[in-house]
Amino acid sequence: MEKRWIALALTACLSASLLAGCGSTGDKSAAASASGTQAAGKVYYLNFKPEQDQQWQDLAAAYTEETGVPVTVVTAAEGTYETTLTAEMGKSDAPTLFQVNGPVGLHNWQDYCYDLSSSDVYGQLTSDDFALKGDDDAVYGIAYVIETYGIIYNKALLEKAGYTQDDITSFDSLKKVADDIQARKDELGVKGAFTSAGMDSSSDWRFKTHLANLPLYYEYEKDGMTEGSVTGSFLDNYRAIWDLYVNDSTCAGSELSAKTGDDASNEFANGEAVFYQNGTWAYDSIKGLGDENLGMLPIYIGADGEANQGLCTGSENFWCVNKDAPEEDIQATLDFMNWVVTSDAGTSALANDMGFVSPFKAAKESANPLVKIANEYISAGKTSVDWCFATMPSEEWKNTLGSALTAYAADQSDANWDAVKSAFVDNWAAEYKLANG
Amino acid sequence: MEKTLKKYFPVFVLPTLAAFIIGFIIPFGEGLYLSFCRFTTVNNAKWTGISNYVRAITDATFSHSFWFTVAFAAVSTVLINVLAFYIALTLTRNIKGTNVFRTIFFMPNLIGGIVLGYIWQILFNCLLSNIAQPLLALNTMAGYWGLIVLMCWQQIGYMMIIYIAGLQNVPPELLEAAEIDGASRWQTLWKVKIPMVMPSITICLFLTITNSFKLFDQNLSLTGGDPNHATEMLALNIYNTFYARSGAQWKGIGQAKAVVFFLLVVVMALIQLKATRSKEVQQ
Repeated sequence: MEKRWIALALTACLSASLLAGCGSTGDKSAAASASGTQAAGKVYYLNFKPEQDQQWQDLAAAYTEETGVPVTVVTAAEGTYETTLTAEMGKSDAPTLFQVNGPVGLHNWQDYCYDLSSSDVYGQLTSDDFALKGDDDAVYGIAYVIETYGIIYNKALLEKAGYTQDDITSFDSLKKVADDIQARKDELGVKGAFTSAGMDSSSDWRFKTHLANLPLYYEYEKDGMTEGSVTGSFLDNYRAIWDLYVNDSTCAGSELSAKTGDDASNEFANGEAVFYQNGTWAYDSIKGLGDENLGMLPIYIGADGEANQGLCTGSENFWCVNKDAPEEDIQATLDFMNWVVTSDAGTSALANDMGFVSPFKAAKESANPLVKIANEYISAGKTSVDWCFATMPSEEWKNTLGSALTAYAADQSDANWDAVKSAFVDNWAAEYKLANG
Repeated sequence: MEKTLKKYFPVFVLPTLAAFIIGFIIPFGEGLYLSFCRFTTVNNAKWTGISNYVRAITDATFSHSFWFTVAFAAVSTVLINVLAFYIALTLTRNIKGTNVFRTIFFMPNLIGGIVLGYIWQILFNCLLSNIAQPLLALNTMAGYWGLIVLMCWQQIGYMMIIYIAGLQNVPPELLEAAEIDGASRWQTLWKVKIPMVMPSITICLFLTITNSFKLFDQNLSLTGGDPNHATEMLALNIYNTFYARSGAQWKGIGQAKAVVFFLLVVVMALIQLKATRSKEVQQ
């Protein structure tokens, strides 16, 4: 009998301590959220760009120090933004500030987007072109960075081979120079003309998205845009440039499937290749070559009118504010965005630390030399190629195209190119139907 | 005794039961509900009826994944169990260094699936590159056999431990009697040892079959479903449906696939349990 009482008492103690444990943590989180509301809301930014993670963390800390508003910055790993966003948005402390990549991304997330029409940050935009609008004409996204990509080249190596940028004005001259460098690679001390066109997921977006933009751009220019389908009228040009990347490369086409983004940037940074297709965001990883050695070329694909073609400039980074966040958090987020684009600390961080060109009135000139090169093209009167890839129907479309390109790189047969064509044209219609059906 | 047990049932079982309900039953119920909905995150679900199931079952990639998974499960289950049992037999024969070998065989199981997948990806790609074959990302056959080799390497040690425990429990008097009756080693194995370790076989088959069906980490890191979803198993297919597709309708379809997947695994496991249980003998 006595034993039973002791046992009961013990279990009572145990469960009491369990409950107490729960209770105390509950108090703590309540206290935390209470102090959060005292500081009038908080900001949770889910950042898309891994290469600028540290800079955002620093900027967030600076803002918290200045205003006392807590800012959390979380960066999704490369290629997992949608996954992370989906998971985070389901939580009770969802991101208040997140990104979509354009109209197709907005289609997924519009139900969560706060209308920014009356926000201060929208008023700071230099042009309405940089606002992402829904079908109802409300402003759901604000571009905060304008980026440019093309073929980055190593000036010293190109000169060593006996050429300058002026020799490359079209696809044919690009191919001539690249073929010549490839043929004399041992003499020049390089492994190939182009860095490896890696099709690992850390690098394949350079080709299944960015390179695929060019045939898409020329098609839209020539035939106009049709909702839900493409004709692929410039795919032969796509094949020509892809052949060039694969054949005049540092490695065999069959090895590309395992090559990563780091492989390519290392090859370029170590002077093992002359050409490297990438954009202004890649500056950090290749700056070891010295600013004076970096140049950029348009990605010529042999389309009509490419004599006046410039670099590819656009944005796929749009800020969106979570409409379902608490009122005070939304306000805090809007204040934070406005601070980033107007304050001295914010604009310096965007321009200098992150090297961004931002489409805001108070933006400072970017310190990134690749951006300066991009600006020279514009002032020389070249036509920038738009970023049409925001119209691509789904991630799945890009992945399928990537698989087909990888298979073609390993074996450049017509049958394999037909698979690429089908992944480009047929799958566009199929994916559009699946995404909108 | 019985009475006391009944009395204290709530005290001892409730905490676990509560954890089970919170951690399993409730999410399961919610998942079931979501499979009938259109949603982007769990907070904005709208009921749509069975349309998700219709699209899940008619999805060609889903049925491809199903057959790929079945092919994988069949071969890997047989290979893992035969090899594990053979090694267990060898290592219960009182040879020198038994414990060292047991440890070595067991070790791969201590490494996580993602890490293993990437390590083997490098190994296979080096091998394929040396024999001038297409690399894993382009090679369905290599992807399939790669997964099997990887799973064998990881699972054999674990199953071996279970078989060793079973073999050590075979009563020596039975073995001795068999020997006196003049049974050959082969006969002893089939007529005495295997019937006696039937419970271990049940457990090992259950584990390997369900593991094969639920395989995700290794699939994601070794092949990632390449080339073009050809080596995508059920769990990865569900994950890709859920996350890689744009459009709110795909979340619900992914969820419906997950429910179908759950039913498949349960049915498969029940059939297997029934089949092997009936062969077990009482000591």
